Amino acid sequence: MWTDVAIIIAGLVMLAAGIGAIVAKSLLVSIILAGGVSLVASLVFLLIGAPDVAMTEAAIGSGLTTVVFLYALARSKQADKEDSDESAEHPDAEKAGAP
Amino acid sequence: MMRKVLVFLALIGFAFALLPLAYRAGVADEPNALATAYLERAPAELATANVVTAIVVSYRGFDTLGEVAVLFAATAGVGALLTKKRLGSAGARAPRKEATEVLGTAARLLTSLLALFGVYIFTHGHLTPGGGFQGGVVIATAVLLNILARPQSHLAHGLMTAVESLSGAAYVALGLLGAFLAWGFLDPRALPLGELGKLVSAGAIPLIYSVVGLKVGAELSGILEALKGDRE
Repeated sequence: MWTDVAIIIAGLVMLAAGIGAIVAKSLLVSIILAGGVSLVASLVFLLIGAPDVAMTEAAIGSGLTTVVFLYALARSKQADKEDSDESAEHPDAEKAGAP
Repeated sequence: MMRKVLVFLALIGFAFALLPLAYRAGVADEPNALATAYLERAPAELATANVVTAIVVSYRGFDTLGEVAVLFAATAGVGALLTKKRLGSAGARAPRKEATEVLGTAARLLTSLLALFGVYIFTHGHLTPGGGFQGGVVIATAVLLNILARPQSHLAHGLMTAVESLSGAAYVALGLLGAFLAWGFLDPRALPLGELGKLVSAGAIPLIYSVVGLKVGAELSGILEALKGDRE
């Protein structure tokens, strides 16, 4: 009984976090909310008696995937900055096909 | 506007299609026939206290070998794409901020504990929940903590490659051992089964999960190192 209630609450939290991840303006917030969905999902797996899956979901879904996304976000921001710096310094570099 | 309405209608249709699943969701009172067979046979046949591990490593062992191969292909792809040459010198030129004292101290304190916990998870895979994949990820988090604490340092790439390829070869070798000494490929009964619930039991399962753990840990550490972006 209480397990069912907890699973329904967790499902609603996951739904809210998932919608939040889609509508959030900041990519950082989206990444963290997507990790939160995985964290609550691992809680649900634990509640229905699947600790092996819960461990995998918590470690890979909410841990490693979040880190990989954060690294990718940082790298793409760095690349954007690099591009705008270069075009500001050499406005015709892009036309000439320079790296 | 039209597009939003269509997306909304598609979502409602999808929800209706999945509605029958929602009625059947929940924890079943009794395991079905296949689950009952596994629950009865696994402790007797393979001496594993954790039946999930018996299924993953033995009954469905070939699928696990495929999973490990998929992970290897993904790591190789990430490693090939994220090199310094392809990314430009962006990563190398940007001055890296030194980590704070708190992070540095925590990393020194926690690294060995995390590595030990990862090893514990994959060596006890046949007794308690968890196994090679989970333990490998825990080891990769220890590596991540060190990457964050010391951005300038580099992972010993040769060592990682050696661990990864040797453990991959050991996995296949243990599988072949099962084919020659027991019923078939990846049969853990090639080694003595021992007593149910002991650390040294369940035949080759602890060894297989240990090499899977080392392989996954090395691969995920390699991905994190590649994402750092200043690799040669």
